[in-house]
Amino acid sequence: MSDRTDLLLAVADDELILGWRNSEWTGIAPFLEEDVAFSSIAQNEIGHARALYELAATELDTTADALAFDRSPSEYRCAPLVQARLIHDWAGTIARHFLYETADAIRLDALKSSDDAELAGLAAKMDREEVYHRMHAEMWAERLRDEDRFRDALEAQWPSALGVLDGDLRPRLVERVRDLGFELNGADPIEREVSDEFEPLWEEMTSVRRSAPAGAQW
Amino acid sequence: MGGDDLGSALGAGRRAMVTAEKVWDALAEIPDPEIPVISLVELGVVKGVEVENGTVRVDFTPTFMGCPALEVMQRAMEAKISDLGASPEITVRLDDSWSTDDITSEGREKLRAAGFAPPTPRPAAGGIELVQLQRGFRCPYCGSTETRLENLFGPTPCRSIRYCDDCRQPFEQFKTI
Repeated sequence: MSDRTDLLLAVADDELILGWRNSEWTGIAPFLEEDVAFSSIAQNEIGHARALYELAATELDTTADALAFDRSPSEYRCAPLVQARLIHDWAGTIARHFLYETADAIRLDALKSSDDAELAGLAAKMDREEVYHRMHAEMWAERLRDEDRFRDALEAQWPSALGVLDGDLRPRLVERVRDLGFELNGADPIEREVSDEFEPLWEEMTSVRRSAPAGAQW
Repeated sequence: MGGDDLGSALGAGRRAMVTAEKVWDALAEIPDPEIPVISLVELGVVKGVEVENGTVRVDFTPTFMGCPALEVMQRAMEAKISDLGASPEITVRLDDSWSTDDITSEGREKLRAAGFAPPTPRPAAGGIELVQLQRGFRCPYCGSTETRLENLFGPTPCRSIRYCDDCRQPFEQFKTI
């Protein structure tokens, strides 16, 4: 697998799995507006995953759906930050949302200035939507700024937030969250690996596709 | 079909009638599946039409990437082109070739008439954060600019919800992207 495909799959897996986790709030968010917001954000993230998988699929001679659903759990490259099941933990969900979107902006900036025109173009398109995710995340971080549960969740998730980015981009995350008024640093990053919480998600996410007879048309 | 000279001659004659202009006209009849007051051409998602030997190639760019209407749009374009007697080839671009600035002025007016505040032009410099948060979006019902952001997200990825303090109506605003 080329470095490019590896990168595409890592970003696509992050977006797909976070989309899944965000969609778990559909119908049960603390209030209706957040129900709508998290559902819409989830839809965007899964749309981004699809586009990234399509680029990777060309190189691997497969399809976006096969990459999203036909790999075994150990083959996914998503960061532990997006794998955690945080349902019923709103402060933790907002902490992850804030950390992920802040990290993702740094990653998208790097991709937008890449020499790879295809990747740079796709990153620019994704970023048009991500701006809204960041606005939403930053409004919520501002609202919960002085809440202990939110602060504790930021501290707890910080090592896996660093793991979303390649090593050379991590100092920028420290700087960026500092600019936004949060002092988070000095942790050992948790690198990309499949966590215990991933397997049940994978079971559910792939269940329909695995149960369908071969050649099923959707 | 091998050896059927008459059939192929008729087919060739029919195909010769298809022009890019006719294709554009046909595509302009396709409504957006989720906001049917505006057509795909007014939405600005058709980037190019090329006609060659009975094949019509359409360069198409998604609006919002997770929009479930994309496949419906593709199928509708294929059907329209087939109706013209040509074979459709739709290429979906995954680049940054669409923004809400590509919605035509006719399209904006139709959005407004249907109760959607059209997207504001993208700012020449700086982020769009302030654009979204500022007052000044015109209420599509009463025309007042005393409106405020209620929720960045709405019933589809392309919409935000605003509230008009004058006529006390919530309304939908097409996001600027």
